[in-house]
Amino acid sequence: MNKRLLLGAEAIALGALDAGISGVYAYPGTPSTEITEYIQNNADDRHSPVRSAWSANEKTAFEAALGMSYSGKRSLVCMKHVGLNVAADAFINSAITGVNGGLVLAVADDPSMHSSQNEQDSRVYGKFAMVPVIEPASQQELYDAVRDAFDMSEALMLPVILRLTTRLSHSRAIVESAPERPQNSLKAIPAPERFVLMPHNARRQYEHLVEMQPRLEELSEHSWINTLIPGAGRTGVIAFGIAYNYVMEAKEIFELDCPVLKIGSYPLPRRKIEALFSMCESVIIAEEGYPVYEELLRGFRGTETVRGRLDGTLPRTGELDTDIIARAFGRHLEHGLPIPGIVSNRPPELCRGCGHRDLYEALNIVMGSYDQRHVFSDIGCYTLGALPPFNAIHTCVDMGASVTMAKGAADAGLRPAVAVIGDSTFTHSGMTGLLDAVNDSAPITVIILDNDTVAMTGGQSSAATGTKLVEICLGIGVEKEHIRTIVPLKSHLDENITVLGEEIAFEGVSVVIAQRECIENAARKKRNPQVNP
Amino acid sequence: MQLNIILAGVGGQGILTIASVINHAAIRKGLHIRQAEVHGMSQRGGAVQSHLRISARKIYSDLISRGTSHLILSVEPLEALRYLPYLSPKGKVVTATDPVINMQGYPDLETIFAELHRTDKPLLVSAAEHARLAGNVRTSNMVMLGAAAPYTGITTDDLESGIEQLFLKKGPDVVEMNIRAFRRGLELSQQQASDT
Repeated sequence: MNKRLLLGAEAIALGALDAGISGVYAYPGTPSTEITEYIQNNADDRHSPVRSAWSANEKTAFEAALGMSYSGKRSLVCMKHVGLNVAADAFINSAITGVNGGLVLAVADDPSMHSSQNEQDSRVYGKFAMVPVIEPASQQELYDAVRDAFDMSEALMLPVILRLTTRLSHSRAIVESAPERPQNSLKAIPAPERFVLMPHNARRQYEHLVEMQPRLEELSEHSWINTLIPGAGRTGVIAFGIAYNYVMEAKEIFELDCPVLKIGSYPLPRRKIEALFSMCESVIIAEEGYPVYEELLRGFRGTETVRGRLDGTLPRTGELDTDIIARAFGRHLEHGLPIPGIVSNRPPELCRGCGHRDLYEALNIVMGSYDQRHVFSDIGCYTLGALPPFNAIHTCVDMGASVTMAKGAADAGLRPAVAVIGDSTFTHSGMTGLLDAVNDSAPITVIILDNDTVAMTGGQSSAATGTKLVEICLGIGVEKEHIRTIVPLKSHLDENITVLGEEIAFEGVSVVIAQRECIENAARKKRNPQVNP
Repeated sequence: MQLNIILAGVGGQGILTIASVINHAAIRKGLHIRQAEVHGMSQRGGAVQSHLRISARKIYSDLISRGTSHLILSVEPLEALRYLPYLSPKGKVVTATDPVINMQGYPDLETIFAELHRTDKPLLVSAAEHARLAGNVRTSNMVMLGAAAPYTGITTDDLESGIEQLFLKKGPDVVEMNIRAFRRGLELSQQQASDT
């Protein structure tokens, strides 16, 4: 037995390596990034190589993982919750085709939106696709559950979701590992009746998926992760995922004598739930995320016995914690002194010396000469340009939306229509929108902030930077003379204002690529020249 | 023993280095650890914190409950105040006095110190100055760890071997310098304890 202090994300990675994966596929996104990074940095000593480079986006990642599974080998695919929206088409249909080699989707949700645009709950996707979901409560459970998830995936021939949330992903604990097992060998057997989703096959496969549901429920009924902690009180708790930790902590601090049903495996184990309800007058449903199962347990008419996020026993949004659970039991800890009034927020900011600062300075000067000053932006470090002192951008919705929203605005008659997008976000989902703009000759200017890395998530390698970006834009059909490259430096300010001014004034598709390496990444390389993400 | 520590600072100040040293020491003692970190956007100069929990028994929650933190160890004075609700009535605040002013409405230092003094015998440390005296301003985290050492429930020997382990790869000079910084902080702490 080997003990290590690992982040939850790293526990998944180690679990997957030890479970014999042949590859991991992912696009970086907080709080899921560290899973893939750990595999990239720790797969060298494995019996067989494990492929682990970053994918262009979550959809390409999922499809590649499905291809590896089709070929008989185990694959892990990782993303943040909103990434699953991008991969949803592939994911939902993979439940219809089924899998061969084990396929586990590790998806990290971000309740309280520490680094996200929403707090959507991936368990809903599990229900939607009708596949098993496993939601461990600790780093050790994550490690153990990964191997189980692969076994389950191969036994059921279905993809399995491993759901975690920010707190578990980004918290360390000591994890004990098990011996590594070998990878699967290549075994690709044609099965067009499963994998060609023409309607006649899809209907049969879907029937099969529906018929499997009782078996899935039975697995939950016997899963080691779903356990009942007895108690004599008449108020019980069903604690899902890491909500269990807060419930147990509150139980310990306040010596609450309540029965707790810990759930970490879906679909719900009906008999276990019924057993708990039969012991209790009321049951608090503690879920880290949406009140997905509270809603289900209440039914349409609601009931007095089920309490949780929907009746105000727990807050409707945001993360749970021990205080919140304690309050649901009418208990509270004496807090320390209140936060003094002089303490105001300290929002994140663009690093001192970051090229985005120089780009925004130039862009603000150019936009200042127009009545309409809308800049459509995207997801990355440069989103911080929305804050003072720049206040330079006006939208940030989803990956790639800057380009297409600018196009739609230009279609509506807005002039100028400017998009700001990073190199990696551009290759993730911006390229296709640029093709729309070219095909429509939409008068937009796309500024690609090429800092040579995926900066916001900690400097992962980007799918296309430098001349490759220029070639992509040329290939998509942007005119050569309207693909301009600038260097966002103070010393280039005048020149950059001129170039941006000309292209923003141009009545057609133009691209300005602002190329300067992320200073954090440069510093990282200097500290550790071997690191090559 | 069960110990809850809030580590506080501004993204980029390296509070996780402090956590790493304590973790190394706790692992040697065979203790349970939970350490929640902030990754992602806030790391870009925003307020960051880490909940570090060490215990001889199983720890359930990754987060510290309000009112139960034994120690707030902050490398920035305003950030120490942000987590006061977490401090237990007998809890200790150990904070650096070097401000990071990258926000609007940063209060004047005297007001911040006055608020800090509403807690029980806070220890205010000119970390940067002591780090410079130890050999490099970048060791200020270790000055702070030294100053907080008596409140971590871990012996200074164990913490020092934690420092050794962490900086080993960077050579004996770096280890030496960080231990020097640690001891400067520790001395300040012992001085305060003997004064009161």
